[in-house]
Parts: sequence; structure tokens; C-alpha cells
Amino acid sequence: MSIKGRILKDKLLRILVMFLSLFTLFPLFFILFTTMKNGISAINLEFFTNLPKPAGEEGGGILNSILGTLLLIVIAFLIAAPFGIVVGIFLAEVQNKFTKVLKILVNVLQGVPSIVIGIIGYLLVVKPMGGFSALSGGVALALMMLPVVIKNTEETLKLVPLHLKEASFSLGANYTRTMLKVILPSAINGVISGIVLGISRISGETAPLLFTAFGNPFLNINPLKPVDALPLLIFNYAMSPYEDWHRIAWGASFVLIVMVFFLNLITKLVEGKRWKTSY
Amino acid sequence: MESGGEGSPPLLHSREGMKGMKQDKVFKTILWLGGIFFFLLLVLMFILIFKGSLLSINTFGWKFVTGKVWDPVSEKFGLLPFVLGTILTSFISLFISLPFSLSLALFLGVYYKEGFLNKFLGTTTDLLAGIPSVIYGFWGLYFLVPLIRKLEMKIGVPPYGVGILTASLVLAIMITPFISSISKEVIKMVPQDLIEAGFSLGATTWEVIKKIILPYCCSGIFAGILLGFGRAFGETMAVTMLIGNSNFMPKSIFSPANTMASVIANEFTEATRDVHLSALIQIGLWLFILSVVVNLIGSFIVRRFEVK
Repeated sequence: MSIKGRILKDKLLRILVMFLSLFTLFPLFFILFTTMKNGISAINLEFFTNLPKPAGEEGGGILNSILGTLLLIVIAFLIAAPFGIVVGIFLAEVQNKFTKVLKILVNVLQGVPSIVIGIIGYLLVVKPMGGFSALSGGVALALMMLPVVIKNTEETLKLVPLHLKEASFSLGANYTRTMLKVILPSAINGVISGIVLGISRISGETAPLLFTAFGNPFLNINPLKPVDALPLLIFNYAMSPYEDWHRIAWGASFVLIVMVFFLNLITKLVEGKRWKTSY
Repeated sequence: MESGGEGSPPLLHSREGMKGMKQDKVFKTILWLGGIFFFLLLVLMFILIFKGSLLSINTFGWKFVTGKVWDPVSEKFGLLPFVLGTILTSFISLFISLPFSLSLALFLGVYYKEGFLNKFLGTTTDLLAGIPSVIYGFWGLYFLVPLIRKLEMKIGVPPYGVGILTASLVLAIMITPFISSISKEVIKMVPQDLIEAGFSLGATTWEVIKKIILPYCCSGIFAGILLGFGRAFGETMAVTMLIGNSNFMPKSIFSPANTMASVIANEFTEATRDVHLSALIQIGLWLFILSVVVNLIGSFIVRRFEVK
């Protein structure tokens, strides 16, 4: 092929790649635009402070599902953060066949479909305890959050330079002190960003909550009773035939998207301050 | 074994040193317990879901997998309609998504490795990946369903609006960021000297992509597509909202159907009979096994890449 032909082909394909790449922006802007347009008009003070009204009545708020989502996140955090950090340290510090298998299992757990996690939450907590509860929803969400926390902890710990550890040992500190007072603090940004990322991942999850947290139109902060959550409310209201419920679902979608993006932003900010080897 | 073990302080005879050694033992025991507990947790997950589906396995045997009828009222449970629904939605969405996700990977990994465009498109793809699945479903109901309905009226098929095609379109949007980010990582691992050698021989960017980059990361990109497939068949909420929830064998890509994930979401809380519940759990078991296989193969290929 002549040189001109080759250059022309190169240019054409570059344009094609650029066009197809930029085309992926469309759905994002479409979704954001739709959610904002329909969502903002639904939001006022009453929206945040009131409970939902029965079907057919105008108005009402989403206080119950906001509190429910917060409760679920707290439960998932309390389980997944300590457990995930311990497993993360274990995987970063110990290298043998067992940890190799564990690393694969972390990936496997991350790939398990969310609906299957829901079934496991049901069999693990709901069935033995005899009823739907916030606790079971929190456990299911913790299972989804765990791999994120473990992976981030492990990866940041591996980035901490070895000479820090050596310096700490040479000063006479034992292994525990070295890990807790030197290594972990210098990797703390990565660990925190892993936790926030995990929370942002679970805060929009619906499928694991369908038959665990179940949903509840009333205000509840008792972990042993069913609670509502923002994504559950969006699902139930979006599938309903009532116009006014659709309006509320858009408002809740807007709140949820803002929350998820905000959490992602925090992750990016914290991650930017990760350990740097040269200063 | 433990990298910190050899470095323990030499203060063996002082009281401080003894305390320190005890502390270390406790700390290491906690780490090991954490690891062992995590292992047991995964085993427990599998046992639970296997035990839950035992009733259905014993009652139906292999007929469960090959049965074409799913009718909870007459207690007939056949998986085939949902297998077909899952395969159709996953493959159609992969097919739609591939040109876009691979272009995006080339864009971020080859054409614009840094700079404003890279940051901009990288951030927007991250945002796209962060939108909750239920909002994709809601948006699909509001925006895509009327569009598809119009299209269906024009070509003369029953205008449901919801169905396999609608669900696949939204799925395609959802898996694009996922496939492109894995492919991008793999493309970035191509040794720089290979690429530069290509350019120094006078190759154009496209020729470098076609003759050096793509052959080098062929298997890695395949792993990305495989993991994207794993995402697609496990995705529940958006599909449940858009696929139309019909338990019959789908006749065309416009007809309403159900995937394995969406039928669980639909019927689990309404299942009053034990056999029905157990049958749904067995679908979960198959999803679980399928996801494990796909992820094992996918991460095995990606890992081999990192070593190379």
C-alpha cells in the first residue's frame, strides 16, 4: 500500500476510535440529565423529613429509606472494615500456598452476582433468625464490601517501602508495633480509600436487599426489624403505576447518585495522598 | 514464612522483650485467624446454597436443567427459558458494547495516554461505572421503553416495549466501563520498546495497534470480555425492570423473557412452597458456579499477563 493510503487509513481509524469513545459519554449525560430534571423538582425539606404516604396520596418523603440506608451501611462497615483490614494485612504479609488460594477467593467473591449474595444473606441470617431484618441486609452488603477493602488494604501495604520496616526493627520495635505504629499509619490513606470505595459500591445495591432488609414503609432503626433503603424504594416506586411515586423515585435517584459520586470523589481525594517513596 | 518473623528484636532476656514476643504471637494469630475465617466463610457460602437447593436437586434431578416449562402453580420447574434469556441478553449486550469498550481502551491506552482528554474520559467512565443498577433500570423504563415500543410498532411486532433487546441495550451501557478498564490495563502492559520499535520502522499508529499491541494482548482482552460476560449474566436489577418477566421460552429478541438472576429477584419473596424456594436457590447455585468458573479463568489469564 502506498504511504498516502496508509496514512489515510491511520487517520480514518483514529477518527473512528475517537468517535466511538466519545459516544459513550451520551448515556452518562442522558442519565444524569434525566435524573436531575425529574429529581430536583421532587426535592424539598419535606422530602427529607417526612415518611412516605400511602398509595394514591400526594406528597410524602423518604426519611425512612435514608435512615435505613445509613443503618445498613453502618452494619456493613462494622463487619467488613475490621475483618477486611485483618485479611488485607495477612495477604500482604504472608506469602504461601494458602494466601495464594485466598487471593483467588477474594476475586471470586467479588465476582459473585449480587442476587446470589442476597440468597446467601437470606440463608445465613434471615432463615435462622426467622424474619427479615436490617442485620441480614447489612451482612449481605458486608459480603459485597469485603473484597474491596481486602484488595485495597493489601495493595497499599505492598507499596510501603521495605526500609521503613527495617528502620523500625532496627530501633528495637517488635513486629506488632512495627505493623500497627509504622506500616499501617503510613498506608492509612489507601486503607481508608478502600473502605469509602466499598461503601460507595454497596450504597446503590438493590438485589442483595430484596429478601434481607426487605423494605419497610415505617421509620425503623432497630437492626432486628426490616428497614427500607434508597435503592429498594427506587425499585418499588419505579415499578408502581402511580405518577406521584415515580416523582419520589426520581428524587431518591438524585439523592443516591449525588451520594455515590460524592463518595467516589472522597476516594479519589484520599487516594491522591497515598504513600510516595520519594520526598 | 512471615516476612517480619526474622526481624524480631533481640531483646530476648529483658521483660520488655518477652512481652513483645507474646504480643507478636497474638498479632500473628489474629492475622491467621482472619485468613482462615475468610476461607471458611466462602466454603460456608457454598455449603449453604448447596444445602438450600438439595430439595430441588433431589426432586427434579437433571430434568431441572433441561426442562422447558417453569410453572410454580403446577410445580413444574425447568431452567431452560431462563438459560436462554441469560445467554441472549449477555451475548447481545457484549456484542453491542464491544466496539465502544475496545475503542475506549485504545483511546485511553494508546492514543491519549495522558492529558486533559484522558482525564476527562477516564473520569466519566468511572462515573458511568458508579451509577447504581436500579437507576439504570429506572432510566431505561422512562426513556428506552417508549423508544423501543415505537420501533416495535413500526416493524410490526407486539409493542411491549420491555423485552430482551431493551434489557440488553442497558446492560451494554453498564458493562462498557468494566470491559474497557480491564482492556486498558492490559494494553498498558505492552512493553514500550516493542511499540517504539514499531514506530521506528515507520509504522503508523494503526499499524502498531494492529500488528503489535493487539496480538500481544489478545488473551488479556479476551479475559476482559470474559469478565464483562460475568458481569452481564449476574446483573439483576436493571434487567429485572426491563426484561418483561415472562417465564416462557423467548421467541425473538423483542419478546419479554426472564434471566436466571431476574427470576430469582421476582419470585423469591413470593415463593410460599418449599420446592419453589429450593428451585430458585438452585438457580442461584448455578449462577454461583458459573461466576466462579468465569472469574477463575479471567483472573488466571490477567495474572499470567502481569507476570509476562
